This record gives sequence, structure tokens and C-alpha cells, in this order.
Amino acid sequence: MILSYIEIADGDIKKTSLEVAQMAAELAKKMGDSALAIAIGKADVTKLALIGNYGISTLIYVDTDVSISKNIATLVANIATKNNASTVIFPKSIMADAVAASVAIKIDAAIVNNVVEIPDTANGFSVKRSIYTGKAFAKVEIKQAKKVLVLRKNAISTQPTSDIASVETYKEDISTNHLKITETNKTKGDILLTDAEIVVSGGRGLKGPENWHLIENLAKALGAATGCSKPVSDMDWRPHHEHVGQTGVKVAPNIYFAVGISGAIQHLAGVNSSKILVAINTDPEAPFFKAADYGIVGDAFDILPKLTLAAKNYR
Amino acid sequence: MKILVCITHVPDTTSKITFTDNNTKFNTQNVQFIIGPYDEYALARAVELRDAQAGSSITVLHVGTAESENTIRKALAIGADDAIRIDAEPLDAMFVATQISAIAKQNKYDLILMGRESIDFNGNMVHGLVAEMLQIPVISPIMKLDITGNIATMHKEIEGGKEVIECQMPLVAGCQEPIAEWKIPNMRGIMSAKSKPYQVIAPVETQNVALTLSYDLPVAKSGCKMIDASTPEKLFELLKNEAKVL
Repeated sequence: MILSYIEIADGDIKKTSLEVAQMAAELAKKMGDSALAIAIGKADVTKLALIGNYGISTLIYVDTDVSISKNIATLVANIATKNNASTVIFPKSIMADAVAASVAIKIDAAIVNNVVEIPDTANGFSVKRSIYTGKAFAKVEIKQAKKVLVLRKNAISTQPTSDIASVETYKEDISTNHLKITETNKTKGDILLTDAEIVVSGGRGLKGPENWHLIENLAKALGAATGCSKPVSDMDWRPHHEHVGQTGVKVAPNIYFAVGISGAIQHLAGVNSSKILVAINTDPEAPFFKAADYGIVGDAFDILPKLTLAAKNYR
Repeated sequence: MKILVCITHVPDTTSKITFTDNNTKFNTQNVQFIIGPYDEYALARAVELRDAQAGSSITVLHVGTAESENTIRKALAIGADDAIRIDAEPLDAMFVATQISAIAKQNKYDLILMGRESIDFNGNMVHGLVAEMLQIPVISPIMKLDITGNIATMHKEIEGGKEVIECQMPLVAGCQEPIAEWKIPNMRGIMSAKSKPYQVIAPVETQNVALTLSYDLPVAKSGCKMIDASTPEKLFELLKNEAKVL
């Protein structure tokens, strides 16, 4: 049995989990095995059933508001054991990473993170993973009978069908009170940098925080999230959680706009999983152009307003 | 309070990554190795906590070969009191976590700190594995850590925001900025690092290891298509009709 872990956000399946479902279904098919999914949280059952579009026929749903990774891991491990799961696949996220590590120990599995391809089962079991923040890949062999894999975003292309999964509810009382969450602050309304399909990032070329509306306006017109380079967050022009790069947030959108960002290796490492990179810079020698798919040599102050105006015809 | 800080020995963030031996070995030539940046935040906060509470100590732990010696000495110069090196290649996250938890079981630390992830293999797994092996809580990534008595209060990053968490020690935490400012070692620190206790220990055995067979590099981009600055709106036409991402 190949078990896929489906993450829920705001009552619906998170997009990254669709890739996990597709990978589990394809791996099961390849191995002559069956695929199962598990979702834990608060969601609309009719929405969960759409996981069938990605090749999963049965989803086990645990309707609960638990938010502590350890408790979620106990549920996943118990369901994995009951269904004799050989492989459990997770999407990459802060929460899923923590759950995956815990599940690996509970079911005595090997664990590999940042997987970017469906495992190669022709000769044993090997997986390709991203390393050095996307600067390279490693082929890793797993000999352990049980495996936990964490799938990197944008790694698997999905081909949705119109199939619907049957949703089975599962109940189990899990409670540990080893830690207490005393406060939760979530920014409402903003598009999450890690989930965004389009990201518009600004660098030192923007000359100061007072000019950030230029970045924000383009982002708004495109329905994009905003990011920034390391120097910009170091200078406190923008908050640290917007810093995109090897030591900041790693993003993998369909389109990444780098505006006034030269393209230091450490910044590129945080964006190289994006499908399309667009560079806008006054300096034609900026290293970002070497990594980009599309480029405009020009002044951000002139180009951003024009793009913002034109973007409205494309969204 | 006994603090264990686990550090990695990794290429600095500006390194160009290449491989040798038919893509089976990392090419260390011209590569500057550093303490993992996230681990250094953990160490910096550990130094502040140790200095704030009399009778506290910091042990720095590293799983790696003798090549990591300078990285460990730097951690001692920054302020750790003693060091343990597990003499083995850090084969995978499970292997490293097995070594760390073996040491932690013997020495009973109140606080086990490390970076949120290593910047070479980016697993983001070791803290979670160690905590599960030791059956103690894990909180990661944290941006703030304060200790009152036996209770740690932490700010943890969650998607789109943060949580404030209170947890009784012992615990494991993965750290990131701005938990503390990096500490630059002073001359006294550098001199004393040479004489601080430094143990080299053989690894414990484990069979559960995902072994790396080979490496490869991403396919280079075919080149950047330039759009004239006088007609930037052409970009959207290309994104829609050529790249098909809009």
C-alpha cells in the first residue's frame, strides 16, 4: 500500500498535495500496489473527494482540529500500520516535514526529503532528491522495507481526470499535552509566498522601502505574492519572512519576477525550482539574466507601472 | 542548564557546486566550509542563554570526519564549552539523528538546539527524528526562545504567520533568524578554543540509511529571451502564449 498524506488549508486540499496524490497513484501502478490517501483537519468532504481526480480511489478522513505535529504523526502512523503501508508520501511544508520525521521513526522507515521524481523501482528502490538548495540533485538508494518520502513542490506534473474518491471517516482519540500553543498570528488575505503561483520580488534596485508600492501593485494586478532579496531584508526595508533565498524562504511558483535583484548565487538557490524566471534590471550584466527565461534591461521605476497596467489584460 | 548544540559543516552559500569521480563525490576544491548558518543562530542563542544562567554549559556536537575540525573549533571559539565529534561520514538524516540521540541518551541535555535545516542536504528532518527517538517534544523553526525555570517560550514560524508555544524542557528545537545575532569570536575565545575539551567518538551502528549513489547538476537554461524596455507588455504575451504559464 502506498499512502499519500493530503494537507488541508482553509477547508480545502492544498495544491502541493495534488502532486503527492498523483505520485502515490503512479508509484502504486508501477509496483502493482494500491494507493490510499489520508487527510487530517477540517475540510468539506465533497472537496476532499476530488482527490480522485489524481488517481486516488479511497481517502481516509480524520475530522479533527489537532494542530500539533506529534498528534498528527500518531494518527498517520496508526493508519499506515493498519493498512500495511510500505511507503508514505508527504508534501513539503513546515508541518508535513515535522509529521514525516515522526512517522518515519514510528513505523521504522527510511526517510528522504525533497524528492523530485517518481521513484525508480526497476532495480531496487531509488529516488532523486534536490540538494544544495536546488543547486544539484542526488540519486539515493533505499534498502529499508518501509519508506517515507517528502515531495518537493512543482516536481510532478498532474493530469487530473474526473474520477471521484470515496471518503471514509476515521476516528481515534489522540491527546498529548506536552506543549501549549498560547497564541496564533496569521496574516489574513495575503497570498502565501510558498504557495503562490506567481511571485514578484524586489531588490536593492528599488532604492528604498518607500518605493515598494511598485512591487505590490504589480503583484496585486497578477494575483501574486511579494518577496525580496537578502540585502533588502537585512536593511529592514522589508520583513525577514519575505526574504527569498538559500537562507530565507524557498519558492517554486510558475513565474518568478526578480526586479532590481542582481542574482547572487544564494538568491538563485531559493528560486531555482520556479518554472519561469523573469529578470528586470538596469544592468545588462546582472547574473540573474543568465538564469532567467525572460529579461528586460531597464529601469524598474519605468517598467513596473507599465507592466502593472498591462497585467490587467492577462488576469 | 545543559545545552547541546548540533552543528553541520557545509559549503558557504556563495559556493558553486560541482562533483568529481564520475559524479559520485562532492568537489571540495575552492569551496569554503562554514558552520551551517541556521546552526550558528542556534549556537548564538545558546551562548546568550548559558551566560544568563549560572552553572549552565554548552556542548557542541558534530557528525563528520576530521575535515570538520576547523568548523568545530570555531564553534568553541564562539562560546561552546566542549565539543564532541562523531567520527563518521554523515550518511543521511536518519544516520545523523541516530548518533545525536545516542549521545543525548547518555548525557541528558535540557535543551537540544540545531538549525532548522542544513544548507547542503536541506532535509529539515534531523530535529524531528532526534525528538521522536528520545520521545521528547520538538519545535521548529523557531525565531525566539526564552527560558523561565523549566519552561521554554518560543515563537515558531507557521505558514503565513507565527505561533507562540510554551513547552517544558527537555526539548529539541530547530532555529532560524532572528533568534540571536551571530557572535564573532574574539581573541580570547579563539585562544581558549584550542584547549577546550574535545572528544572524538566512534559512531553507533545503524542499518537504516538511505545511501547516495550519484549526483547531478540541473540542466542549464537555454538562454534568456530579451524584451525591449520600450514594450514591456510583450512579456505577458510570451508568458501566456509561449511559456504557457499565465
